Amino acid sequence: MNAPDGAVRVLTPTGMLGAGFTQSSVDRGLELGADVIAVDGGSTDSGPHYLGSGTAKTTAAAVARDLRILLRASAQARIPLIVGSCGTSGTDSGVAWVAGIVDDILCEEELDLSVATIFSEQRADFVKARLRDRAVHPLPPAAALDEATVDSCTHVVGMMGHEPIEEALRAGADVVLAGRATDTALAAAFPLLKGMPAGPVWHAAKIVECGGQCTTNPRAGGVLATIDRTGFTIEPLDPDAACTPISVAAHMLYETVNPFRMREPAGELDVTEATYTALDERRVRVEGSRFRPADHHTIKLEGARITGYETMSFTAIRDEHILANIEEWTDLFVKVFTGRVAQTLGLDSDDYAFDLRRYGHDAVLGSLDPATRPPREIGVMLLVRARTQELATAVAKVANPLMLHLPTPDMAYLPSLAFATSPAETERGPVYEFVLHHVVDTLTPTEMFRTEHRKAHSHD
Amino acid sequence: MTEQPTFGDLALEVRSKNAGPFWVTMELFMRDEAGYALAAETVDEAVVASLYDVRAEDVQIFRIPSLNVVKISFPRPVPQGGLRDRDVHAGQHHVPLASLRVR
Repeated sequence: MNAPDGAVRVLTPTGMLGAGFTQSSVDRGLELGADVIAVDGGSTDSGPHYLGSGTAKTTAAAVARDLRILLRASAQARIPLIVGSCGTSGTDSGVAWVAGIVDDILCEEELDLSVATIFSEQRADFVKARLRDRAVHPLPPAAALDEATVDSCTHVVGMMGHEPIEEALRAGADVVLAGRATDTALAAAFPLLKGMPAGPVWHAAKIVECGGQCTTNPRAGGVLATIDRTGFTIEPLDPDAACTPISVAAHMLYETVNPFRMREPAGELDVTEATYTALDERRVRVEGSRFRPADHHTIKLEGARITGYETMSFTAIRDEHILANIEEWTDLFVKVFTGRVAQTLGLDSDDYAFDLRRYGHDAVLGSLDPATRPPREIGVMLLVRARTQELATAVAKVANPLMLHLPTPDMAYLPSLAFATSPAETERGPVYEFVLHHVVDTLTPTEMFRTEHRKAHSHD
Repeated sequence: MTEQPTFGDLALEVRSKNAGPFWVTMELFMRDEAGYALAAETVDEAVVASLYDVRAEDVQIFRIPSLNVVKISFPRPVPQGGLRDRDVHAGQHHVPLASLRVR
């Protein structure tokens, strides 16, 4: 599988499985001699709902469409396919969901590929035991963890490094479906298995993790990284797109706190001394990346818990007088609303919480907003959170007459405002928050993860 | 006297995004070295603290002359996806920074 020159070529077709890419881009990657396909299936970026509920952000049809192309390519070129953070958050349910989609495709396409699934969900008992051993440490800005917080989580996942993936590849897996994993571990596992040096491997893995994000046309699709003993070369799969020294170097800025140093379970990537050189108009050579192995392995934990149930209501204001007096209107709304909730439902401010957002005015930035120009119209969103859905909706319904008819204090009549929908209230179900931002010390980098191997055809 | 330009006027792009659920990060991609020099000098921890109502000691700033970039990271003031989070990806929080006027 190695390229003749000893380099290892990693094909990343897209930054997110299910986002879509062209068949021709993958064909191009195979022509260029790809040795492995690595693609990310998840992220925390869309919020705590997906981890909290153990459901995927992407729709099954989109994931299946992408996987069908990649599984065919894997079988055709006899190269491994690695998918990480399956099902968005990498819960066991997410891995099983992607594995089911893979099974169906392997049967339909009659592809004879062996599949490894790596589960990364963590039991509360395990985390609490490690906590009692003083082996769980907060990452800034988190505080120390307590057992009640662990127990409150609906799901906890450990973020694996390359080691469990590399182990699955060694055991003969053609397809590795990993639970929660660092974005970089997916692209790093195979080149590390082939003995490529850690500095170039981890830096290349960081550059390819978002697909075309490191090119001059982020929508053009995937990239190919060729990793060798002294560095790596990166190029877009789309012949019309380009990587430039600036576009590649700038990708280290994307979604990172520190653009020079990045922690992995096995150590730290340091790109302070890295050089970025154009080989031609669309390929960039990167050298000088370093990786310092850590003293001991740590695994980052992610957890989410239910904070309550939400009901949303939305109305809109076009009346010039209310627009000109929106602060007075808002103050009156809050006063009348909280008074009516106490009067009709007998609830005080501990029993529910709400957020009144004035879209078109200052909803997005609030008091930070530098703009002062008057809006043409304002959308008023009321979000109510309470311990049950029924209670949240009851509170939101109390607000309904106000969102329809509340005037400003100086108006002598009742305006009728513009509800966006009927009914005005939408039940959002349980809502979640991320509560873990901690690492746990581990004796081995694989002990927190469980791997299953199977031939997909055994499921016929 | 004409008004001074904003850093957004002098930049190719100003952007913001989550860096994980607990941090926000933003970058000023300046057009040229002159713009970079202005941004690198003006945008410090105290300026960011006042623009975003956060503590100056929590603000990290990275000045990268090779890219004409000033990058800023600080802990997210509001938890991602919570009741009071109005920008789940923190993708619109670059605006106060972009609106900052050159002194």
